[in-house]
This record gives sequence, C-alpha cells and structure tokens, in this order.
Amino acid sequence: MAFLTLEGVSKEFGTFTAVRDVNLTIEKGEFVSLLGPSGCGKTTTLQMIAGLVEPTFGRISLDGRDITREKPNRRGLGVVFQSYALFPHMTVAQNVAFGLEMRRVPSAERTERVREALALVQLSSFADRYPRQLSGGQRQRVAIARALVIAPPVLLLDEPLSNLDAKLREEMQFELRRIQRKVGTTTIMVTHDQAEALSISDRVVVMEEGRMTQVDAPYRLYEQPSNAFISSFVGKTNLLSGTWRRNGASGAVNINGTLLEASAPEIADGAPVTLSIRPEKLLLRETGAGRLEGRIASRFFLGSQWLFTVETALGTITVSAPNQGVEPPAEGAPVSLDWSPANLRIIAGTAAAA
Amino acid sequence: MTPRSPTSSAPWLLAGPGALFFAGLVLLPLALTVILSFHAYDHSSGIQNTFTLSHYVTVLTDGYYLEIFWRTLRIAALTTIICAAIGVPEAYILSRMRDPWRSVFLLVIIGPLLVSVVVRTFGWSMLLGSQGLVNQALQLLGFAPARILYTETAIVIALVHVMLPFMVIPVWTALQKLDPMVEAAAWTLGASHFTALRRVVMPQVTLGMLSGSLIVFGLSASAFAVPALLGGRRLKMAATLVYDEYLQELNWPLGATIAIIVLVANLCIMLAYNRMIEARARRTLG
Repeated sequence: MAFLTLEGVSKEFGTFTAVRDVNLTIEKGEFVSLLGPSGCGKTTTLQMIAGLVEPTFGRISLDGRDITREKPNRRGLGVVFQSYALFPHMTVAQNVAFGLEMRRVPSAERTERVREALALVQLSSFADRYPRQLSGGQRQRVAIARALVIAPPVLLLDEPLSNLDAKLREEMQFELRRIQRKVGTTTIMVTHDQAEALSISDRVVVMEEGRMTQVDAPYRLYEQPSNAFISSFVGKTNLLSGTWRRNGASGAVNINGTLLEASAPEIADGAPVTLSIRPEKLLLRETGAGRLEGRIASRFFLGSQWLFTVETALGTITVSAPNQGVEPPAEGAPVSLDWSPANLRIIAGTAAAA
Repeated sequence: MTPRSPTSSAPWLLAGPGALFFAGLVLLPLALTVILSFHAYDHSSGIQNTFTLSHYVTVLTDGYYLEIFWRTLRIAALTTIICAAIGVPEAYILSRMRDPWRSVFLLVIIGPLLVSVVVRTFGWSMLLGSQGLVNQALQLLGFAPARILYTETAIVIALVHVMLPFMVIPVWTALQKLDPMVEAAAWTLGASHFTALRRVVMPQVTLGMLSGSLIVFGLSASAFAVPALLGGRRLKMAATLVYDEYLQELNWPLGATIAIIVLVANLCIMLAYNRMIEARARRTLG
C-alpha cells in the first residue's frame, strides 16, 4: 500500500513554475532519491512534503491522511537540512532532545531516547558539546539523530552530504544507509550527486526543469535511461546523433554514412536518434580487430582504471578500461573499438533537443 | 629563526596619528575636566587655585542632585527596555521582508537619524503640547486632556523615537547571520511559531540586543536636547544639569564634578551589564 503519495503537485512562484505536476508513490520503508541538477525543483518538492512550502496545486497524503495544507509542526516528519540547521546555542543532547520536549515526552524517557539516538549515530561521547565544537560529519550525524529521535514516519534529507569532503561523503553514504536499514524509516533524499543517489537508494526519481522524467531502480536507471539528458547526467556516456535505419525487428544507426547495428523496435525508419554508449562498455582492441577504427588522443591514469579519449570517424569517444596491471596503448597509437551491440542504447530524438 | 621586522618602529608610526588624535581630543579634555572638578569655587570671586573634595561631597549627599541622577537612570533604563520591546520584533519583521520592501522600511527606520534631534524634539513638543494633536484627539474621543509635555513620559517617548534605530540595527545584523533554516528546523520538530522564536531565534540575537541596549542606555543617560526641550526648566536630567551648572550658575567645578560622576556611573553600569550578560551569551554562542 502506498505510504506517501504526491498527486499532481505543482508549485508556482509568480510566473515561474518550480515544480510541475509531480506524481509519486512511495512505499513504507523505501529509500527514494530525488536527483537532478540545481534549479530542477527537487528541493522545492522536498519542502512541500515537509510543509515549509505550500503547493500551488495538487495533493500530498501520508498514510491515507491528506497533509497538503498541514503546518510543518503538525506533520511530525524528520527533516535534515543542507546546512544542518542545528541550534547553535544548545548542546548536542539539547538539540536532539528539542523535538521530544515539544512533544512533552517525560524527562526520564527523553534522556533515554536521546542516549539511544546518539548511540545510533555513534556520537554518545559528544552529548555535552556545542555544534561549533564538532566537525562537519559529526554535525551532520547530530542533525540525523535530531530528526530520527522523534520517530518520524518519513525522514527527509536535503542534500545531506553536499557540505562534506569527498572521503567523508563516501563514508557517510554507507552510514546513512546503515542507519536507514536499522531504523526502517521511509526516507526521501534530495541530491544532485548521481553517484550518491545510485549507491544508497532503492529508487531514484530524476527531475529536470520541475518535471519528473524517470523513476526507476538505480541499476535500471543507469542501463536504460529514458532520454539523452538522463544518460549523460547519470554516469558518463558517449552521445552520437544519427538517423534510424529499420531492418525488421532490429536495425542500425546511420552516423555520417557509418552503420552501427543495434535494437530499438519501436522507432520508425528514418527518425533522428541519439546513440548512447557508456565508456566502460567499450573495449580497446588491435587495429582491424574491432568495429570502429581510431587513434588514442589522450590517456589518463585514474588508479583503478584508465580513461582514454579516442579520435574516430564518428567523433571523439571516451573509453574506460580497468587497470589490469599492464601498460595500455600509448597516446597516438592506432586502436580499434569493439562493443556488444546489446550495449548500445538508442534514444529517440537528438541530443541537442534534450 | 623568525624573521625580524625591518623596522620595529613601524607599528608605532602607524598607530601614532590615531593615538595623538585620541589623546588630544578625548584624554586631554577629560583630564582637564577631572582637574577642574577638584578646584575650589567661590560665588563672588569664581574658580580658586586651591583644591578641595567639597564638590563631590555636595553632589553625593544633596538630595536634589541624587534625585536627578535617579531620574536619569530611570529614564535611560525605561527607554532601553521599551526600545528592546519594540526594536527586536521590528528587526525580526524587517529581516523576514523581501526586497524592495526591506530597503524601504530600513530607510524608514534610519530616516529619523537624518533629521536634527532638535527639530525632531520640537516636533514632539508640538504633538504632545496642551493644544497638540494628541490632546485634540483625546478630547475628540471624549477623554480629559492629559498633561504630557514637560513630564518624564514626554522625554521617554521622544528618546525611544530617537534611539530606536540604535536597537534595530544591531539586532537586525545579528538576525542576518542567523540561518533561516534553523527556525524551519524548529517547526519540523513540532515547535509552534512562537516557541521557535522564543527558544531558537531569541537566544541567538541576545548579543545584538546587548550591544543595542548598551548604545541606547549610554546615549539616553547622556541625552541633552530631548530633556532640555521636553522636560522644561524643572525636570532635569544629568546632561541638562551639567549645562545649567556651567552656563546658569557659572559654577564650572561643580558642573565638572557632576559630569565626571555621570561618566563613572555610566561606565560602571555598562561594564557590569556587559559582564553579566555577555559572559553568559559568549559561553553558549561562542
């Protein structure tokens, strides 16, 4: 049964439409990410769920109850803000206890629940510190404890990891997922970082210019992006424009006279299409052994893998290859690119239009 | 080894002009006033070249002076409290406004500072006088006319008007530094608007309110134009008393004594207040 539903939710600020007709159903216990570039309306959507922004149109319901016009202090949702928004004049324990105090939880129970919440985020020994005495990662965990201690039906995270450095961000991703699994709270996270969304969510909602464009499991989103924007926003990809030549059940893409076979049954013959292929799906072979000839223009060593840009008749193509412990072809070396036709994604329309 | 600065006199040279300016325009007159306050005074022959403590004894034991000091303290404290009560909500509303309204209202608040205190005070005396607008309105509504001009009430009203910007601006600055999401966080945790203001916003503007109160108190306690024009001849405050001693009584040493006592008292009150509140606020706000 749907736990949280958004039906036709829109938000207009004057003449500007920030969020347009969002329909979303979230199951109990699910971890859903709203992914998109800045200004796509994802934070506004989250704030409408939290009750901080009132939708212009549409309906939001939680567990069968209409909460569209309910004040944020009556919704009882846990929110972790991008800036963490900790109360600077209160200690960590007082910050966490605030929500319980507002609910008039008896003092003994309050102390116990604060202790449990701080243990959950592994900050038990920091209870008497002030937020300014904590590191970024610790503040973030205080914000999570503060939001979770009130046992909210839904936890809302607004870019929770964007203020952390790269290494800490990776650790906190797993930490966040661990906490969410343990508590089982339905969670919605807003992020512009595709890696973050893919690694910890059950489902990812991609938003572009206020609209939801794809809702899928992370793996399916990566492998079957519904448009050219998603294919380049979620992970790296090579996009090539061409026209579709239908040939029975399968067909080929005609790019400047070169035919590349692929399968895309529902596209009409002669229609403009965009071909997308991920760098890791391409293989470097000796000249003549692959499907497309080229020359290595540049080569970058990234530790676990190599990244090449290859000049071909179809344009510059990015290829990545795992580091096998042997030095790969040098810059300027002629190579041939090979791939499995099943890995070519054909998207209707041109990349420029997306 | 740490590198030596090329010339160790550079800091002195840089600080020199400012220090000279300060010494010449603040310390020297202050020292002269202190010396003057110990000179003996004779009504027939003027300032004597002998030294005495009698002025201090007179001022600190005479009920006439003590009453004026007490009134000054009371009016300054009352003005500060009223300014805080009006100024803090005003600053909060201002900080939540959007442009262009915010700029417009900021100008409205600062605007009075652009008009001379004397002109503003005459304005108040016209409003509050026995035939002023306030009394005409009272009579229209069927009330007896009130005597407002030449009372402490008139002085407090005008002082609040003059001092309000000095409270609004520091509080507004403190609010600017506040993350607006902190208030939203309190709401999501179940706090009502009022509770969020009381528990989350107010404690964080304490320092702004503190500096605002210090400015307002200091300026009110030494205000001259407002009590001189709205207090009349009998209702004196410290600054008008000093003026009278110098220019009416021509007893300069006594005037200097009062000025020094007011200065020391003002300094003591402000330092004590600062220590008491700021120490606590600093501990939690860092």
